[in-house]
Amino acid sequence: MSGHVVSKKLYFLVFAALIAFTGLTTGVAFVNLGKWNTVVALAIAVSKASLVVLFFMHLRWSSGLMRMVLVAAFVWFAILVALTLSDEFTRQWTPVPSSWEAQILTNRPAAIPESNRNAGRGS
Amino acid sequence: MHSSNAALAEQFDDLQQQHEASSLGMWIFLATEIMFFGGLFTAYILFRNFYLPAFEAGSRLLDVRIGAFNTAVLLCSSLTMALAVRAAQLGKKGALITFLLLTLLLGLTFVGVKLAFEWRHDYLEGFAPGVNWTFNGPDSRHLELFFCFYFFLTGIHALHMVIGVGILTVLIIMAGRGRYSPERYNPVEVSGLYWHFVDIVWIFLFPLLYLIGGRY
Repeated sequence: MSGHVVSKKLYFLVFAALIAFTGLTTGVAFVNLGKWNTVVALAIAVSKASLVVLFFMHLRWSSGLMRMVLVAAFVWFAILVALTLSDEFTRQWTPVPSSWEAQILTNRPAAIPESNRNAGRGS
Repeated sequence: MHSSNAALAEQFDDLQQQHEASSLGMWIFLATEIMFFGGLFTAYILFRNFYLPAFEAGSRLLDVRIGAFNTAVLLCSSLTMALAVRAAQLGKKGALITFLLLTLLLGLTFVGVKLAFEWRHDYLEGFAPGVNWTFNGPDSRHLELFFCFYFFLTGIHALHMVIGVGILTVLIIMAGRGRYSPERYNPVEVSGLYWHFVDIVWIFLFPLLYLIGGRY
């Protein structure tokens, strides 16, 4: 036989914890914690997912190879989220210099002379 | 290496290696699934930050009781799936089929509740973007965007559930024919991994869609 056989008791304990977490996260949603509502909801979701991964999906008893695949997947997901959000949320950080603003207002495409507009496009 | 064991495919050294190879394959598939859902989750995070009031209003329009009930149903199905894998490991054919059937029924319950009590309700109330959108209040366009995310995220999740139900049906038939043994239960094991993954997606969808809109 291959693979670790987990005791029924442990499965039921994990299940009880998952149901308790579900009750907790639903209850907390009705309490005003400001921005902490989101943090608590996500922390509970991560805890529940960890329980499922470690015990139901046997990662606690799996070899390092499976763990590496999972970690790699989350690293790629973190890159996706981090780079997307860092782009979106830093666009307003540096104000447009006042000298540029004047240019933006005056140099609308229509205001650019025909000779300039075609420059650099090749002929 | 020559082996007289019928459960062992000839390209593997031993049962342990065969077992690990099939699990690794499923884990790599699940990694691609994380990226698949990851794109939608990232877009959801981004647009939620753009149009927070509309997304919070949309979240409050969903029925949190049905969401919590379905979460519990899915967690139960994960438990029965884990117990099914355990029964397969121990070679208990009767218990294996029973637990697979329970998992199948709980999965169908989830999709049924979603269809009959949530999507149908949203459609009739006029909260179906592009199909039946009758909401005329403030920020209607951004609320529509929230419901687009809602239908796509829950829809793709439900599609995974339906595929899971199909896999379970095959497993039940094969288990009935006595195809699984303590030496070779890899199909049950990897199907379990898939089922638990779909459960985990819902574990994140439930708070993101139903809960963090400020229900107080």
